[in-house]
Amino acid sequence: MDDMNKTEETPNNPSRRNFIKGVIAAGATVSSASYLFRTNAAGQTQTASAPGSVERLISLSVNGQERRVDVMKQETLAQTLRYKLGLTGTKLGCDRAECGACTVLIDDVPHYACSVLTHTVRTKKIVTIEGLASPEGTLHPVQQGVVDEQGFQCAFCMPGFVMSAVGYLKTNPNPTREQLAHGVSGNLCRCQDYDKILTALMKGAENLRSA
Amino acid sequence: MAVIRDMMPVFELFQPASIDEALNLLDAHQGDVWVLGGGMDSFDWLKDRTKRVSTVVDLSQVGELRGIKEANGGLEIGAMTTLTEVVHHPAVQAKFRILAEAAEVVASPQIRNQATLGGNVSQDTRCWYYRSGWSCYRAGGNICYADTPTAINREHAILQQDRCVAVSPSDTAPALVALDAEFVIRSKGGERVVKAEDYFLGPQIDITHMTVLRPGELLTAIRIPATWANAQFYWEKVRDRNVWDFPLVNVASAMKLSGTTISDVRIAVGAVAARPLRLTAVEAATKGKPRTEETASAAGELAIQGATPLRYNAYKIPLMRNLVKRAIRGNAQATT
Repeated sequence: MDDMNKTEETPNNPSRRNFIKGVIAAGATVSSASYLFRTNAAGQTQTASAPGSVERLISLSVNGQERRVDVMKQETLAQTLRYKLGLTGTKLGCDRAECGACTVLIDDVPHYACSVLTHTVRTKKIVTIEGLASPEGTLHPVQQGVVDEQGFQCAFCMPGFVMSAVGYLKTNPNPTREQLAHGVSGNLCRCQDYDKILTALMKGAENLRSA
Repeated sequence: MAVIRDMMPVFELFQPASIDEALNLLDAHQGDVWVLGGGMDSFDWLKDRTKRVSTVVDLSQVGELRGIKEANGGLEIGAMTTLTEVVHHPAVQAKFRILAEAAEVVASPQIRNQATLGGNVSQDTRCWYYRSGWSCYRAGGNICYADTPTAINREHAILQQDRCVAVSPSDTAPALVALDAEFVIRSKGGERVVKAEDYFLGPQIDITHMTVLRPGELLTAIRIPATWANAQFYWEKVRDRNVWDFPLVNVASAMKLSGTTISDVRIAVGAVAARPLRLTAVEAATKGKPRTEETASAAGELAIQGATPLRYNAYKIPLMRNLVKRAIRGNAQATT
């Protein structure tokens, strides 16, 4: 209690009982704050400030898990995934929506994670390359196709390509080589390995159909 | 300019849940607020620090801005509807295929999954002098860096240059002009509706803005009338790479035929001026003529009257001539 007396806010004669009461009340406020201000279905936070205000502490659905994370207003999804959640499988290439290395699935649709504000996807389901394999470690059929065909050289672009392919195959499970090329046309490979990549992704599509 | 890959500068973020809430926010932050749609134009500005904003109003949670409704034989498309949704919508495919074709060749699949129709028509020009933060006319300065003897201006304007030579980058804009679409603009004061061709501004009218949108206003929807449903359409975009690139020139035409005679036509060309150009002279000259090679050739020649090349973009003049010719003549691939 001697330590308590050193702070300005401390009442002059703090009793042990009042101190403990205070701690309990403060704890209750903090926990109910996170409950009350939790995001609702519309993705809005209910705070006393202007309508549409955004809370930094949010819940994100990533690879089937609810992740609590402190997100700055200007933070992109790629930054949150890599630097807050440790999911470094999502690569940052250009950071300008021009290379595709950061492609992730948002509600099953491929997006450039470098060009999505994390706060806009609070109510969505995010899947990254880490979320494709089963919990026991069995590779996703498209990943298996890549392994089988040794589709990539340096493979920096590989997570993006695989996520694009997985997203595209959800809309067209039986594409021609040309259609699949169009489907993953938003991804670049600096090794210029497109032919092998397409062969691998076609193999992946085949695996997926027979899976 | 070096590419910066760290966090964007800090801004306050609002995510309104309705149009009214968004308009209130725009009103409360008059003049110092950035409206975020899909973000495919916005993030470049913010990441490059060429534009700094203190407040961003993100429209991603406004459900009423999204979706396609059929109305009076036409369509009303919410401004936040993504290009992918436009491409795959059955009514767009069935009646206004030209819009689906135009939206389908925008940028890349991931960008189309996020970019919005409202954003595609409202985006800023891609002149790299301007986008690199040079203090040019469009940025409020008093020089055009793209129109000097040493400037690299292969992608710039050949028509209606007025100090600024930047071009309209939109693919869907010419298609919407050809379809005689209307743009619905809302503000706290009410609603106004402008014709597609009047939505865009050239530098002779306003050198620092591409559209008639003013602070406090929001483009909420795009209405396509039934007038041109199932007309004879022609769409073509020429670009360097088949993905990502903005048009070097694009063309959109909608035509009605009686027999082989052109009874009515609308045609617009993009990326040749600061706004998508509706070619009214070509429309007037081809109306009532047979749809033949000769009519098409004359239309092409007429379209390029007054075109003036800069140092590196003279190729755009024959390119525009030939695209207009094809858009009038149609070809085996022309959609019906």
